[in-house]
Amino acid sequence: MNPSVDALRATFGTAIGRALESCGDTIVYVGRDALRDVMAWLRDTPEHTYDYLVDVTAVEYRDRERPLEVVYGLRSLARRADLRVKVELEPQGDLTVDSVVPLWRGADWLEREVYDMFGITFRGHPDLRRILMWETYAEGFPLRKDFPLRGRFSRAEQVRQALAAHPEAHYSMEELSIAEAYEELPADMKERLRRGERGTVPEPE
Amino acid sequence: MSKRTVELELATPGLDARGEPLRVPLGVAEPNLDAEHMLINIGPQHPATHGVLRLVVELDGETVVQVIPHLGYLHSGFEKLGEYRHYNQIIPLTDRTDYLSPMANNVGFALAAEKLMGITITPRCTVLRVIACEMSRIISHMVWLGTTSIDLGAFTPFLWAFQERERIYNLQEMWTGARLTTSVTRVGGLMADVPDDFVAGLRHFTRTFPKTLSEIDRVLTRNAVWVGRTQGVGVLTAGEAINHSLSGPMLRASGVAYDVRKDKPYLDYETYDFDVVVGEHGDVYDRYLVRLEECSQSNRILQQALDRLPDGPVNIADPRVILPPKSRAMNDMEAMIYHFKQVMEGVKAPVGEAYVGIENPKGELGTYLVSDGTAKPVRWRIRPPSFINLSALPRMAAGHLLSDLIAINASVDIVMGEVDR
Repeated sequence: MNPSVDALRATFGTAIGRALESCGDTIVYVGRDALRDVMAWLRDTPEHTYDYLVDVTAVEYRDRERPLEVVYGLRSLARRADLRVKVELEPQGDLTVDSVVPLWRGADWLEREVYDMFGITFRGHPDLRRILMWETYAEGFPLRKDFPLRGRFSRAEQVRQALAAHPEAHYSMEELSIAEAYEELPADMKERLRRGERGTVPEPE
Repeated sequence: MSKRTVELELATPGLDARGEPLRVPLGVAEPNLDAEHMLINIGPQHPATHGVLRLVVELDGETVVQVIPHLGYLHSGFEKLGEYRHYNQIIPLTDRTDYLSPMANNVGFALAAEKLMGITITPRCTVLRVIACEMSRIISHMVWLGTTSIDLGAFTPFLWAFQERERIYNLQEMWTGARLTTSVTRVGGLMADVPDDFVAGLRHFTRTFPKTLSEIDRVLTRNAVWVGRTQGVGVLTAGEAINHSLSGPMLRASGVAYDVRKDKPYLDYETYDFDVVVGEHGDVYDRYLVRLEECSQSNRILQQALDRLPDGPVNIADPRVILPPKSRAMNDMEAMIYHFKQVMEGVKAPVGEAYVGIENPKGELGTYLVSDGTAKPVRWRIRPPSFINLSALPRMAAGHLLSDLIAINASVDIVMGEVDR
């Protein structure tokens, strides 16, 4: 077991959940509210120095009772040590977790991909929008277990939507505001732009 | 920014009453365009974006203000598909992620599945997998070198590099029957042992390949145009590279000596004698030097692997994991049952999860497998090195010229099959 787990428990107490080992890797569960503090502590404490974020991803189990997990792979480059940090989220509840982009710029696209594929919102992410699917994709979140392998819409419906889409919808709001193409936007995108839906950081509750 | 900048500056609609364009009257000063930014679109069908990458670039004159990459044109949902397939059925999907180094991807997936199932592979299989990984590194770096030199206006190295790549492809074809979709590994072993004249062919390659490398080195490394286009372009410091989670040659060019083969060894890499190539400045030129030198280090590893290649089986002797030979399956009841169970039910993995990172040509390819005890993974996650390396592109390109953006984008060494998956 990785010694960082005991140090975490000593510092954060009940915010640290269970810890286990699987195939030689240490996994530690962290409460959702303490995540940002725990990550900053792991990165900056001299004897731990997990300075490298390997990966951010999520796991949904086939067992519907089990919560969704957001998985962070951390590595200390100097000590050659790995630690896997997990946050559990109830699938029916609020799928929101603090973003770690302020700590690691590399988390930017990784968190966008988790949002795109699982619908998990990262609070404090500077630019949280879909990355692999297009911005107007309406079928949901593909890597969730309730998402059918062939997609929610029939092939005919997908073709119909693709043909009906406004070509300008392939640009992001940010780009359109640079290009002064606001007047040519479809009405719903105008509405979203007016609300300032993109590029703003939601206030923490 | 606006297509009617001049007309707006002159406060006219740009057309006269008959719809003819207005002429700018003499004596009117040139409009001040300092605050005007232009938005241009590069790709997704553009040779310099190395695949179906689309970059929307905001330009101030010729200087890049910001780059907004758009991905997903090649998204195939591999990770979703993997949740519906047996472990061995996923291996053909890994060919198609980073399709410039398919064999290394096969190895990465097989290692993760074996870690999950607690399988130890045979000595001959270990060495053959090292050969597969290093051959992949050479062909991937050769494609990178060729395409990047074309992007920057040098045509000759492209031909040399692709010629060398062709020789490795012939060897891959000899081994697996396929040039690109190799699917060479199986959980617990390999699809096939290497044919008889493979070793001699690869030995001939390792003897003759350094000559091409030194020719490329001679043509490019001190070439004034090459140096001028690459030095000081797209600089990332060591701290920035770590903070952006970069890996592979991108990380090492910034001066961070992290190589998975040395620091978290797999496939007995700690027993090979090779150097980790580290850059100093973190610019495009250093990335070129790192990749060029990595090719000759890979060549060294290939020679050592050929020297030590042991005899023996390539597959482990476990009939629950490895399919029995066809002749036995047809004549022996027990072998037939194992054959049936493997084909119909698949190989079951115990409950748990495993992450294996391997040093792919592009960076650290991670495979994260979560199993709930069935024959199909709950989650198969690829940590895509070129996806994460590409995410630093907006940071690197800001403030450079548009032509430098092409050089920086090339230096990331992306392959869109892996970025989009």
